[in-house]
Amino acid sequence: MSRLGSLGERMYRGEVSYDFVGKRKRWFVLSLVITVAAIVGLITPGLRMGIEFSGGAVFTVQKNDQKISQEDARKAAEEITGHTAIVQKLGNDKLRVQMSELDTAEADHAKKEFAKDLGIKVEQVDAQVIGPSWGKEISRKAWQGLGIFLVLVVIYLAIAFEWRMALGALLALIHDLTITVGVYALVGFEVTPGTVIGLLTILGYSLYDTVVVFDTIKENTKNITSQSRFTYSEAANLGLNQTLIRSINTSIVALLPVGALLFVGGGLLGAGMLNDIALSLFIGLAAGAYSSIFIATPLMSWLKEQQPEMKDLARRVAARRASDRAKGKDQGDSQDGPAGELETISLAKGPEDAEPPTATAGVGPQRGQRRQPVNRGRSRNRPSGKRR
Amino acid sequence: MAAPKKGRSQQRPGTALAVILVTIVALVGGMFLSGEHTPRLGIDLAGGTSITLAAKSEPGQENAVNKTNLETAVNIIERRVNGVGVTESEVQTQGDKHIIVNIPKGTNEQQAKEQVGKTARLYFRPVLAITEANPAPAASPSASTSGKATKKPDADKDAKKGDDAKDAGEKAKESSSSSANPSSTTQGRAVSEALTKDDASPSTTPSQSAKAEDKGSSTPSPAATDGLDTTVTPELQKQLDAVTCAKNSKPPLGKPDQPIVACGTGDDKGYKYALGPAAVDGTDLDGAEASYDQQRGTWQVNLEFDGKGSKKFADVTGELAKNAEPNNRFAIVLDGDVVSSPSVSSSIAGGRAEISGSFTQQQAKDLANVLSYGALPLSFRTEDVTEVSAALGSDQLRGGLIAGGIGMALVILYSLAYYRGLAFVSVLSLGVSAILTYTIMTLLGPGIGFALNLPAVCGAIVAIGITADSFIVYFERIRDEIREGRSLRPAVERAWPRARRTILVSDFVSFLAAAVLYIVSVGKVQGFAFTLGLTTLLDVAVVFLFTKPMMTLLARTRFYGQGHKWSGLDPTRLGAPAPIRGRRRPITPLKEA
Repeated sequence: MSRLGSLGERMYRGEVSYDFVGKRKRWFVLSLVITVAAIVGLITPGLRMGIEFSGGAVFTVQKNDQKISQEDARKAAEEITGHTAIVQKLGNDKLRVQMSELDTAEADHAKKEFAKDLGIKVEQVDAQVIGPSWGKEISRKAWQGLGIFLVLVVIYLAIAFEWRMALGALLALIHDLTITVGVYALVGFEVTPGTVIGLLTILGYSLYDTVVVFDTIKENTKNITSQSRFTYSEAANLGLNQTLIRSINTSIVALLPVGALLFVGGGLLGAGMLNDIALSLFIGLAAGAYSSIFIATPLMSWLKEQQPEMKDLARRVAARRASDRAKGKDQGDSQDGPAGELETISLAKGPEDAEPPTATAGVGPQRGQRRQPVNRGRSRNRPSGKRR
Repeated sequence: MAAPKKGRSQQRPGTALAVILVTIVALVGGMFLSGEHTPRLGIDLAGGTSITLAAKSEPGQENAVNKTNLETAVNIIERRVNGVGVTESEVQTQGDKHIIVNIPKGTNEQQAKEQVGKTARLYFRPVLAITEANPAPAASPSASTSGKATKKPDADKDAKKGDDAKDAGEKAKESSSSSANPSSTTQGRAVSEALTKDDASPSTTPSQSAKAEDKGSSTPSPAATDGLDTTVTPELQKQLDAVTCAKNSKPPLGKPDQPIVACGTGDDKGYKYALGPAAVDGTDLDGAEASYDQQRGTWQVNLEFDGKGSKKFADVTGELAKNAEPNNRFAIVLDGDVVSSPSVSSSIAGGRAEISGSFTQQQAKDLANVLSYGALPLSFRTEDVTEVSAALGSDQLRGGLIAGGIGMALVILYSLAYYRGLAFVSVLSLGVSAILTYTIMTLLGPGIGFALNLPAVCGAIVAIGITADSFIVYFERIRDEIREGRSLRPAVERAWPRARRTILVSDFVSFLAAAVLYIVSVGKVQGFAFTLGLTTLLDVAVVFLFTKPMMTLLARTRFYGQGHKWSGLDPTRLGAPAPIRGRRRPITPLKEA
């Protein structure tokens, strides 16, 4: 709303900001805890694979005279195994019911129970073992595709941005996928093809979201080493805050429809494919939004700070701030930072919080007196000729 | 403020809008013309046809029907029915010798049935003898003589076969069958057959012989140890004589390393063959594709061998070329039938061959499809073909659509609340991309068999968010520009290059994911990748051709241009410094051209 709008404005200027990068440790710890929980979940309860992956038993109800509905059959089947069952009508008078994770002995038992539940004769039900419809081959090829994609995307990001950003994005992605899969294991939802497809959607989304943030940071830090006011982390944090409104908006807009899916699928229809997909998407998208802000950028900045140039920069910034502080004590409350010597960087959370923002990223509005020393010589283009 | 100098992108916002409008009209028109008004639904939502295949155990290979072979068969069938990967078919094993193939409604059932069950075992075998298939074969008088007879060189037999002739072939067959009475000896028949073949058989492909480059590169003498043995053993001759090639009586498939007898199909119909052990087989193929032969006006299947296959093929054709008719022929045997039996005049190098016969376009394409995914390790018989209902109740699809509606409404409400007037642009853009997605998916149904399953429907719903993100990125950039004190028109133009780059970079990542997954994976994952790629491309198209030009146009209106407080671009609300007339606009460097 308008308050959010002006918040966006203040964030853009850097008046309001949250130090995501500086407080990276607590987020890393939080993520680590969640990830460990997810991994534990994956190990002990493990994932429950749906019939599409594991195969199971198929019961064919011959001569469905009683006109058992698909819905009734599904309910009966799900009560017996506790797994999602697949029920199809075959032709006019047959039902095909697939139940997962049954071996021959169990299948026999289930068959009797199933017939009893539906009030039909056991002879009417024909049981057979059924293989997975999502075969090993599909999984193998999917993994292979995923591997190739990750390698390519890291190469691409390393070229378009740099390898540290690529690594940050990759780790954020793995983080999202682990969390989502972990929640599946912990909650005990069944993994269906829908889940896998949901996961793959997250894969694209998580990277997409991270790339948008990195794009801004890259722009903000273009000439970072040619100044000594801000460290890389601070500049990255500014970029993060500048795109924060976008990230929030995007995440809300992406989560709203998925939330609706979850509501309709889970709330109104009860368990089902819709619910499975919506849940994996919801968790994944939320994790993706979180990780692109709290994990990817802080991680990348941390890596970046290990560079000698950046260490050097951090030293210069510290030295400068120390001298500024000394000067500030001398001259009272002088707020007039020598602005304009950098045109690409601005950061509000400078050493003195009282200091108002100066040149904002790139095309900053140099307000008031502080606009004089703009580095005009460095402009790459004429301002698009609108003054004629 | 003076009229802004128009950048190239801004010059004709009308053109881009016209392009997208024409595209929409064309797509919607096409959709109505094609008679398909809704996208084809996958088997989980719409049901379809279920084909049950039962593995046949062949004599001598009783153990072949096992789990491993069944699984291999499932993988191959999966690829056959999924062709381009978007049909959402399902293939699974049932029991210990059945395979169930589920195909969504609207697929060509007959074609699918033929494709799934075809074993597609392809062998190139040297021809030992050709005789006419006679419904009532005479008893063989003397196996050994006839065997020799077929080897006898005949002056005419090397002659190239004419292209003409299906009719001639038909006629010749008729005449030969009338002349070759049951009473004639095998030897006689063989000769007469060879003679008729001579002027009639169109099966020889001149291009194959023409392709030979390294004539005589491998020239072992016919007596050399690895020369091809063209003797028809008495036993084989007996088999040959016993075969009738009548309907439903096919000779056994035999083993690749044993000589077999087989019947001709297509143009070679009416002949039966004694064939040597397989020289090259289908596993040596690199790929197959259907093509149209301009000269002869027929469809054919081009085969490409892999390295090993090429060498074998060159060797065997080199050997064959030295023989006399009919031993200079090789037969292309598919599932025990001779599809084509061209003669060779020299070694064929280059690793290419073609199967020509009386194929229709569809047959050629089907055969190429089946061959390129390899042979099934087992042969199957179609046991049952039934309709199956949707596995998911209609409530799931309805629920999905309702959720989509609610989601869309929430997104619109949110953007109205946050972006106010700009929401108009984002809603229109979302509308445009919804129409494009819907029509394209609908048209792809009959086009490439594209079917939409529930995960894809959900994917499309998520795509609402991802598409909206492009607008959000752009709008936020515009607002940033306004915050810096620009008026809307320049802000719209200056924000674009920066937003454009972000949108392209992030969409490229999505597209990369889609492309890699599509190329590498199979089955449902491939279908998903296709949908993802499609929506990503549409996102870019909509932003470039609709949202941006629309913004340019709207910036010219009073409502938006003056920053009306409901336009979402009100500078005071955004916290921009109020523009002071007469003051020089701050000079700031342009970030990007």
